[in-house]
Parts: sequence; C-alpha cells; structure tokens
Amino acid sequence: MAQVPMAGGGPTPLAVFDRFRTRVLAKVQEPELRRYAVMMLAFGAGLLPLMAGSAKAALQKVPTDGADTLLMLMGSALVLLMTPGLAFFYGGFTRAKNVLNTMMMSFFLMGLIGVVWVVIGYSLSFDTGFKSPFIGGLGQMWLNGVGGELGDAPLADGFAISASSFALFQGMFAIITPALISGALVERINFKAWFWFSLLWSLFIYCPMAKMVWGGGYLGPFGEIGAIDFAGGTVVHIAAGVGALVSTAIVGPRTGFPGSKRPPHNVPFILLGAGLLWFGWFGFNGASYFAAKGAGFSFQTTTLSASAALLTWCLIEWFRDGKPTAVGAATGAVAGLVGITPAAGFVYMPQAFIIGVATATACYIAVQVKAAIQFDDSLDAYAVHGVGGTVGALLTGLLAAPALVPADYFPKSAEILANGGNGALFVAHVKAVLISYGFVGLGTAIILWIVGAVVGLRVTPEQEERGLDFVAHGEEAYDPMTY
Amino acid sequence: MKQITAVVRPSKVDAIKDALVAIDVVGMTINDVRGFGRQKGQVERYRGNEFTVEFIPKIRITTIVSDDKVEAAIEAISHAARTGDIGDGKIFITPVDEAIRIRTGERGSTAL
Repeated sequence: MAQVPMAGGGPTPLAVFDRFRTRVLAKVQEPELRRYAVMMLAFGAGLLPLMAGSAKAALQKVPTDGADTLLMLMGSALVLLMTPGLAFFYGGFTRAKNVLNTMMMSFFLMGLIGVVWVVIGYSLSFDTGFKSPFIGGLGQMWLNGVGGELGDAPLADGFAISASSFALFQGMFAIITPALISGALVERINFKAWFWFSLLWSLFIYCPMAKMVWGGGYLGPFGEIGAIDFAGGTVVHIAAGVGALVSTAIVGPRTGFPGSKRPPHNVPFILLGAGLLWFGWFGFNGASYFAAKGAGFSFQTTTLSASAALLTWCLIEWFRDGKPTAVGAATGAVAGLVGITPAAGFVYMPQAFIIGVATATACYIAVQVKAAIQFDDSLDAYAVHGVGGTVGALLTGLLAAPALVPADYFPKSAEILANGGNGALFVAHVKAVLISYGFVGLGTAIILWIVGAVVGLRVTPEQEERGLDFVAHGEEAYDPMTY
Repeated sequence: MKQITAVVRPSKVDAIKDALVAIDVVGMTINDVRGFGRQKGQVERYRGNEFTVEFIPKIRITTIVSDDKVEAAIEAISHAARTGDIGDGKIFITPVDEAIRIRTGERGSTAL
C-alpha cells in the first residue's frame, strides 16, 4: 500500500497495550473479569490522548521478497508506458499542426523528471532529513543509500519490497503528474515555459504532496489529517487537476477561443492512448498494493471501475444524444481509473463499481459545464483529473472498508474509522482535499508568475496560428511532401 | 470533347469507376476534396462540444470524354453515386479545347 511508515522499530507502548487489551476483552464475558476490564478500558482511554502524538506502527521487519519486488518492477514499467499513452490521448485531441508539441509536453518529461527524480525528487519526497511533515530531506539525493549497498534491502518494516524498486516506481508517478497538466495548456504555451514550469512544479508542488500523503507527512495515515490515498487520487490527480485549473485561468484561452475550437484531429490516437493508460493503470493502482499475493484485488477494483465508468459515460451519451461516442468511451474509462485511484485497495467490488459510475457521471457533468461556460481547459485536465480525483478521494472516505485499512499500516486513518466510522474519515478527506486545493492552487500560481516573468508563458498569436510543431520543434507531424 | 467533373461521396468512388469503365471511358483522375453545399456541413459532437463541420470530405472525379459519350457518362455516374439523401454530390460539364498524348503527340479524341 502506498504509504510508508518512516520510523519503524519494535513494539511501541500503544501496541503492547492494544494487544493486552484485546486479550483481556476476549475474556470479558466472564463476570469476575468484567469489572477489571472496565477499569483497564478507562485507564486506556485516559492514556490515548497522551499517546496519540507518539503513535507508531507496530510492523515486523520482513526480508525482501522476490515476487513482491518483481510486482514493483513490472508496475514501474506499466506506469512508465502511461506517459506515452497520455501523449497519444492528448495528441489525438489537438489540431494536426500542434500534435507533436502536445505529445512532447508529456514525452519530454520522461527525460526531465526522470533525471530530477533520481537527483533530488525522491529525497524531497521520502527522506526524513528535514524532520518536517511537509517536505523530505536531502539525505537520499542520487538515491544515496536507498536499498542499501545492493539496492535489495526492504523498504521499511512491514514491507517486503526492495527500497530501490519503490524509488523507481514512485519516479514514474512523478513523471506523469505534471504531464497531466499539459492538457490544460496545449496549443498556446511556450515550450521553454513548460520546461521551467514542470521542473519547478515537480520540486515544489509534487514532492511536498508526495511527502504529505505517502511519505509519513501531514495529510497521510501517519500524520495529522489521516487521509488515505491508495495510488494517488490526491497526490497525482487532484494535484494535476488543480494545477491545470489554475494554469488555464492564468495562461488564458487559446487565441480566438471559442471560435477557433476544432474537433479532435485523430480519434484513433485518443482510443490508443486511453487503452495504454488503462493497461498502465494496472501498475499505477495494482502494484500500489506493494505485495504480489493480494494485488489481484487492487487490479480488479481498478479495471472494474474503468469498465463501469466507460459504460456509464456511453449510456449517458446514448440517452442524451442518441449515439455513444468513441471519445466518450475513452474519456469515461480514464475518469473511472482516476476515480478508483485513491480507493483501489480500500474498497470491495460493489463500492468500486459505485465509484466508477459516480466518477463518470461527475466528470461528464464537469465537461458539459466547462464547455457551456467556455473555459478553455483545452483537454479537460481539470474536468477529468481534478473532478475525478476529488470525487474519488471523497468517496474513498465514505466507502473504505475498515477491514482493508489495517491499523499497522494506517494508524491514524484506522483510528478515525474505529472512532467515527466512514463519516469521520470522509471529514478527514474533505480536509485533505481542501488543503491540497489550497496548497497546489497557490503554489501553481506562484510558479506560473515566476516563469511568466522570466521566460514568458505564451507563444505569439502568429506562432499559434502557424502551429507549435514547427514553431517549437521545427517539425511537422503530417507533411504532405513526404507522401 | 467535354470534361466531366463529379464531386461525390468517397464511398461511391469504386462503383462510379466501374460504371464508367463499363461504358468504355478509358481514364480518370480523382482528388480528395472538402466542401459543402446547401446543407452547410454536418454537426459532430465531442465530449459535449458541438462542432459544425462545414467542409465535408468528398472525392472529385475528373474525366474527359468524346461528345458522344457525355450523356452515357452522366447517366452512369448519377446512377452509381445516388443514395437519394442529401450529400450525393454534383456533376459539372465543361468544354475541352484540345487533348495531347505526350508520348506520341496524338491530338483530339484519339489522345484520350
């Protein structure tokens, strides 16, 4: 599961007490023990507030497991493939003269963020050097010490995957997250601005988000808020979606919008991209289980939600417009995958189905509203990833099954569930979503302001008209002279 | 000699070619073209965005025939291209002054 307890160690006082209390409660039916049990419970309740601050997981040290580690390696390869998949997905929507630039905005990040992650991104996200719940440290730059000398040491107590496979896996998420934002900015942003924006955004928005949710930080199951995010509903999709929303508002619409809008130039690319994304999502969500034996569960919830969402989107279109569309099927599937991302390991199949249906419906409405108010989030990066991520995160709070949120791995979240049930976890998730919106929204605006001041955000209207493939890269995707 | 220019549905090109070959029309040239007529294009819908596509893909067939074959060619094309729905296309007839076969220098109908 995509949460890492950073400080392990032996059984803590709270864990010892819990074990003792369980044993006592088992005998509580015996009348002579009842009074004793009540005394113990009262004593325990009194101690809880004192211990809450120092609650640590009581996880056993386990050796690295080959199958589990292989799941991570396979998952990393799958998630990597999502970025070119996204490039095709987005590329199909744009005009023919901008398709290479659109695809490069994703593809290029496999270079840029692939390097940044190893050099410093991982350390900022998962190191503990700064002793902060908001940002990691500098101790694991260049993946120094990750997985020991041979890279095969387990990630942490309770995890049988190697630390090096975890770092690799997380790097793939770091690549695709800023790439998702590009959907809001295509056909007008200057590529130099995109270079600096994605670099700064990755360091100052993505890494803190990963730390806060997954790195034992403020928002996550070891932190103050106790929200659970299985594979990145908050870290990836809300972050990218809000980044896209703010970027669209600041960068502004394409010149001549909405009159200049054109239909997608290549719908088969969109289907190809959506197919690759779905395939890759088995790594994104499935491998986030971090254990091969149980991962069939998160693989199944993931694909079920996508199926339900595809079906939902097409049925809505069929009833409203008389025809189910290919673009709708692709969009619905992606919406369902986004929705189930925070929940994939925390819900059973009926809930996964509900999440798929609800996310597709919400995203469908968001896309219609966006079109109606003529907001140029060009490829619906917010309407799909932002709205889908938000709906998924909130539904995860409502629908998470307590049995799937074990206290060893998710102490704060399990405590919330045990004390207040799903209603309380929902409230925690509302808080986490609001904090993420605020942090990402403000941070994105600041980064755009800096990048805009230094290199300028947009190409000129003349360059927009000429097409960004030629302007930014000196290439054309479809040159009639090469027939 | 007359030039026959027919703008037709792409899906009807094979049938039109066969119909023309059947009446001994010996050659033709086709182009991919886009355009609209009285119906002003068609409406497409993507993610709830409606687009009126004014320029619909068509095929333009150009062939030159001797005067005595013009009516037969018009009949052949019309018959093969017709579906009865809007968008079947149009046929235009224009006079041709001269035709020259480059390889041999032949002129007029024999050069076709």
